[in-house]
Amino acid sequence: MWVASRELATRWCVANSRQALSLVLDKISTLVWCLIQPMTFKNMAKKLLGDPINRVDGALKATGRARYSADIKRPGMLHGVLVMSTIANGKITAIDTADALKVPGVVNVMSHQNAPKLAGMDKNKPSEIATDRVLHVFQDDLVHYNNQPIAMVLAETLEQATEGASLVRVTYQTQPVKLPLPAGKADMSTPKQMPRVDDQVDTKRGDLAAGLAAAINRMEETYTTPTMNHNALEPHALLAYWEGDKLTMYNATQGISGCQKRVAEIFGMPKENVRVITQFLGGGFGSKGTTFSHVMLAPMAAKLTGKPVRLVLKREQMFGMVGNRSATVQRLNLATGKDGKLLATAHHSITQTSDFDEFAEPAGTITRMLYACPNLDTTHKFIRANIGTPAPMRAPGEAPGVFALESAIDEMAAQLRMDPLAFRLANYAETDPNKDKPFSSKSLRECYRQGAERFGWSKRPAQPRSLKNGNYLRGMGMATTVYPMNRGESTALVRLKPDGTVQVETATQDLGTGTFTIMTQIAAEVFGLSPDQVTLSAGDSIYPTSSVSGGSRNTASTGSAVTQAAQEVLKKARQMALKDPKSPLFNVAEAEIVVQKGGQLQQKSNPKVGEALTSLLKRNGNKPLEATVQSKQGDEKGKYSMNAFGAVFAEVEVDELLGEVRVTRLLGSFAAGRIVNLKTARSQVLGGMVWAVSMALHEKTVFDPRNNRVMNANLAEYHVPVNADIQEIDGFFIEEADDIVNPAGVKGIGEIGVVGTVSAIANAIYHATGRRFRDLPITVDKVLA
Amino acid sequence: MKQITVTVNGQPHSAEVEPRLLLVHLIRENLNLTGTHIGCDTSSCGACTVLLDGKSVKSCTVLAVQANGKSVSTVEGLCAPGAALNPLQEGFKENHGLHCGFCTPGMMMRATELLEHNPDPTEDEIRWGISGNLCRCTGYNNIVKAILYAGAKMRGEEPASTEPQFV
Repeated sequence: MWVASRELATRWCVANSRQALSLVLDKISTLVWCLIQPMTFKNMAKKLLGDPINRVDGALKATGRARYSADIKRPGMLHGVLVMSTIANGKITAIDTADALKVPGVVNVMSHQNAPKLAGMDKNKPSEIATDRVLHVFQDDLVHYNNQPIAMVLAETLEQATEGASLVRVTYQTQPVKLPLPAGKADMSTPKQMPRVDDQVDTKRGDLAAGLAAAINRMEETYTTPTMNHNALEPHALLAYWEGDKLTMYNATQGISGCQKRVAEIFGMPKENVRVITQFLGGGFGSKGTTFSHVMLAPMAAKLTGKPVRLVLKREQMFGMVGNRSATVQRLNLATGKDGKLLATAHHSITQTSDFDEFAEPAGTITRMLYACPNLDTTHKFIRANIGTPAPMRAPGEAPGVFALESAIDEMAAQLRMDPLAFRLANYAETDPNKDKPFSSKSLRECYRQGAERFGWSKRPAQPRSLKNGNYLRGMGMATTVYPMNRGESTALVRLKPDGTVQVETATQDLGTGTFTIMTQIAAEVFGLSPDQVTLSAGDSIYPTSSVSGGSRNTASTGSAVTQAAQEVLKKARQMALKDPKSPLFNVAEAEIVVQKGGQLQQKSNPKVGEALTSLLKRNGNKPLEATVQSKQGDEKGKYSMNAFGAVFAEVEVDELLGEVRVTRLLGSFAAGRIVNLKTARSQVLGGMVWAVSMALHEKTVFDPRNNRVMNANLAEYHVPVNADIQEIDGFFIEEADDIVNPAGVKGIGEIGVVGTVSAIANAIYHATGRRFRDLPITVDKVLA
Repeated sequence: MKQITVTVNGQPHSAEVEPRLLLVHLIRENLNLTGTHIGCDTSSCGACTVLLDGKSVKSCTVLAVQANGKSVSTVEGLCAPGAALNPLQEGFKENHGLHCGFCTPGMMMRATELLEHNPDPTEDEIRWGISGNLCRCTGYNNIVKAILYAGAKMRGEEPASTEPQFV
């Protein structure tokens, strides 16, 4: 069961979807829906591969009744439409709003000439927090990139606001434009820090020159990846309104708590006066993790007009102001000795950032730890361009970086005439060579073994161009995939009620991945209950602060908070029982009391002795037991290297006459700690693998070299795979117990499906054609060239 | 302004609308049926797909006045409030054919028409048949399974297992 914010106007009760959706309209109360299937519990210990239960919000989404931020209305609401810059560098010399204001229904045009001044603009600078960006919120007349918001038309209807926005005339004084990669390689500098602040910008291990000199085989190649845009299906949207000095926002954000904090900071107001609600989110992939300019603009306009304001970005406005994946130019050197062991590795990355802010795509960080190699250099540099600041985009750094590394590894294996999998095994890192620490767990060998077996890797002939299917050349490739375990700070409240049900409160949002379902499952498991006995109150900043849904961290973060708070409540229940003379568990040692299915406390050594949590609570004042736990990383990070690993296998077919590449088969094996829900988890990695197909073959943001305007700022020309592009894809999980990583025992699965899969596809294309493609995406023109 | 009457999910609605009003905005703003989503503004993503006289259209590129005198079906019409999910909705729910759910209503409306014309589609026919609808989360496979499931149910057959294959 999940309950969204209390003030929401509708009450839903979906008691049993197999029978009916019973719908009760109730003005005051809450969104409630209960889980569907009665659960059976075979084993009360934490399951390594959790029950594949259906998501708690499935019926609501399948009936069109889930409410996204753009669906929320408020009486008297105005519609905002942004006017975007048409130059990439310079200054606004005039904004003529006369014609726009003549449009019936248009009530105001907000620009730097009349926008409210924000008290916290001293905080609008490159921040030490990787996700806080420099914003453009109409405080000055400067233009730093094309498609930057410079004005906002406010009207009673969307049509009026759209017409008004088309009539705003802007004149500029233009400056020369700094181009993005690959052209703009002047003005290169070293970033101050990486997005994960613990990551060093540059590293050196051993003596690279000596390693290269001692080697028998060497390779050096440059790999390039283009700028990409996240393009979640749901456009960024929010409704903002003020009640006195209190601001409420229904905002499509991946980080409710972070958004609340950032808005409060920029407006110079206490955090308690900002409320952020995200009932449902239509994907984000990183672009809704940062609080970008539009999130400030809507409340500013609401302040200016005194009315609620809804702002929904148009798709083309999502190419600039809400982040992008940086293009990369990466040079890889590998050198091996006669036994096929790596002696030297160098990975030099050039990425791009905006001319007003710093985001360094961490392309080389994985190279430092993926294989054992005594001599290694990695560096990161970036150029500054007149573009919107890049942001984390699903596997930021890892996706382009591992494409380069795993392509180079494949190239070296080919040079050595070694099987690519055997070459990887020959260089297996038993401990983290970068941190010089043990892994908390690493089941990569098992991923290789089971993945290879299920895929039929042994049937791959060593020689490229030796498999055919009609006119198609067929090839098989593989790669290692990896993603670090990230964990942020989250707080959760868990309340066990005398009726045996449990309530969980935490601000967390559900990106679409299934967070609401997972949190429900985690709490249920601790108490031996079925998920439909757990109510989750979330999606709202009135609940305890929680982590961003980004960097595959939310289950590790908020899931750990829920785990710990639930365990704390259970501990209180145990102590209550052993101190209660009326309890059958009176005077039993605390460690001897375990919980069994159905919420039964039991003596471990004598299972006949025990009682239900409900009877214990009823006898002891009939009051709930509750605990709030703030959960964060401890010193385990200093002692261990914590990462999820996997192996991805790809089969492709290439028609050389037409230049067409088809990915006919993808198989991923993943070891990511405990998997809470097999159904949602498997779907997550499959979705990630489709992102890799997209990155390998389709996606590319194209800039006009005259003015850095994106030329394909729409979903017709910015290519992502459609269903017909996708064939057989499968993914499975290796059982992996890891008690070190975090209390939830999970490593995160949002990104690992993407990371290695891109190069597995590129390596399969090499095996099919005998040609190496080092520039993404691998499109028809490149195959035909 | 123009007076139009559009039958939506069986209910006739009359309204005075501007000729420039898009059908999707009529549905979402005037009728408060927000299950039909807007993803791209250019008829590329399919999130706004509805049935217009039984034929799937992208309602972001149809004017409301073009729907005058016609009948429109949206996701809210797939099952009545309180009634059981229809086989397609059940298929998407049981097969985890949705993550964020933003593409789901459009996907199901397109699949409704697909199954009407082809009650027993192959996997390939489904993949091609719904290629006008983008999904950025699921990886598509579970959507194909959801539609296969619905087809089987509508034919009165037992749908395939919804459990993950390998484990």
